Amino acid sequence: MSAQLSTPDDAPVATRFLPARTFWGRALRHRSFVLGGALSLLVVASALLSLVWTPWPPAEIDIASKLQPPSAAHWLGTDSFGRDIVSLLLAGARSTILVGIIAVSIGLSFGVCLGLIASAKRGWTEEIIMRFSDFTFAFPAVLSAIMLAAVAGPGMVTSIIAIGIFQIPTLTRLTRGSANAIWAREFVLAARASGKGAFRITVEHVLPNILSILIVQATIQFALAILAEAALSYLGLGTQPPQPSWGRMLNDAQTLLFQSPTLAVYPGAAIAIAVLGLNLLGDGLRDLLDPRLARER
Amino acid sequence: MADPATMPLIEVDNLGVRLNTSRGPAQAVRDVSFALKRGETLGLVGESGCGKSVTALSLMGLLPDSAIVTGSVRLDGRQLARLPDADYCKLRGNRISMIFQEPMTALNPMHTIGHQVAEPLRRHKKYSAAQARREAIALLDRVGLPDPARRVDAYPHQFSGGQRQRVTIAMALACEPDLLIADEPTTALDVTIQGQILDLIADLVEERGMSMILISHDLGVIAENVQRMMVMYGGTVVESGPTDEVFRRMGHPYTQGLFRARPKLGARKGTRLKTISGTVPELADLPMGCTFADRCPLVIDECRTALPPMVDVGPGHVVRCIRTDVSMAANVGALPA
Repeated sequence: MSAQLSTPDDAPVATRFLPARTFWGRALRHRSFVLGGALSLLVVASALLSLVWTPWPPAEIDIASKLQPPSAAHWLGTDSFGRDIVSLLLAGARSTILVGIIAVSIGLSFGVCLGLIASAKRGWTEEIIMRFSDFTFAFPAVLSAIMLAAVAGPGMVTSIIAIGIFQIPTLTRLTRGSANAIWAREFVLAARASGKGAFRITVEHVLPNILSILIVQATIQFALAILAEAALSYLGLGTQPPQPSWGRMLNDAQTLLFQSPTLAVYPGAAIAIAVLGLNLLGDGLRDLLDPRLARER
Repeated sequence: MADPATMPLIEVDNLGVRLNTSRGPAQAVRDVSFALKRGETLGLVGESGCGKSVTALSLMGLLPDSAIVTGSVRLDGRQLARLPDADYCKLRGNRISMIFQEPMTALNPMHTIGHQVAEPLRRHKKYSAAQARREAIALLDRVGLPDPARRVDAYPHQFSGGQRQRVTIAMALACEPDLLIADEPTTALDVTIQGQILDLIADLVEERGMSMILISHDLGVIAENVQRMMVMYGGTVVESGPTDEVFRRMGHPYTQGLFRARPKLGARKGTRLKTISGTVPELADLPMGCTFADRCPLVIDECRTALPPMVDVGPGHVVRCIRTDVSMAANVGALPA
């Protein structure tokens, strides 16, 4: 596997028919993009599969067959309630993806907009946005989630919103910082000299130039969202039983760590695969979207 | 209404710019006045921080919001100073264009050069994408980029510095502006390329009947490329006149010092370059009198009391110095006729 990965000429068969100049031609030659894409697809496929089929109903409790080792009936065994691990993992991918995507979308849409506005307007607008973001940043995420849960009741939606809000200031700061660096560049002055207003410069010059940073950060934020969801589920504020979630599986397994350590390994590995896949995918996307890094073969 | 043929294209009157710097307010430009007719070329010369670029940026309306602009800038009689940014956007790139010093950074690395050249055409002239692309290829061909039809989709990093400067020139000229401001367009380029780029700019200016303001710290570049020149020092114009006339009879001790400080071909090995002693005054803390007083060999007490007036020393040739009788009698730096 690793020997194959390290030889650049050993491209998959399909890529031989795609010219290297096209986006997909380059994408399929990019190793971390391909690997990251495959892992991410695996997670998405599991989530989709769980909608139509799981080996056992994921919420079915069968105390009689609890904590079984892997067998033909239960491929990865059962947990302390006798639920089938494979079914739980497949169904858990759904909430993981849902929480990750929605929370990161909330964070990105608000954070990037606020950051871009702060950077384009400067002065008081920037000052207000950044102080507000500092304020949110200083507030512990778990505390805001507890407050939100107290008002709206605990559940997946509450945890998604809490995680999303928690992501906004990080992305605002990152966007503002990188956008300010672009605004100071000479090509922005040249763009202004050719008659572009602040909005067009933001859309055409600033955003494309910070996109790679944002994409990589978004994959990291996605990983953080998955972990935050696990933490909130542990506190009973996230996904509610019987709805399965990798985070809750991990936290359920924590009490049985000495009796049945593999129970923690499966959801842990699932989270690791999802996070790794997204990071590699983001890494690959950053390279592919930057014309300067496009390799010409 | 004045006759458009004789009316100046751009008329700058008593322009002053005050910038807010970290060390307090600085009078970056004061009392700059000039007029430029269609097809005329003007050179701005001076060392770093003398106000050349700030003057150019104030014509473009590109100064930071905190800058305070006084005086007037008229384009075809229309007041530009303190014009709202939205109105200025319609002029920039359309009637007034600018070429920048650093071609390596003046192009957006994320867009193809074709896109960047076509952009002003699409916005100001409302060209369709196909039309703008055709025009962009024609422009790239005109500025001497080899094989433009193929390279129009290439990215800036795939070009050399000289080629990129050609692209920025194509960008600036896309909408056939009336006034081109070239801010040190060749400073970042190799000497061999410098000449080619300046020739290209000169050809295009003549071909399209544009006016041009060429900014440089290089007296040689100014001497060869513009009809009239202004020497700036400490935010003011210290000497102004037809280029030939100024080079023949330099009136201001600063201009003379600048001329003496340039390296000479055929100088004996080990000959030291002449310098102007002292340093440029802080713009935040300008002296009351002549800005050059502290470095001037001819300074007298009177120089330090008030900013000297412009003194007429020849046809269209003015010098901001009260000691022209001495400075010009010595006839320093005169070119052999």
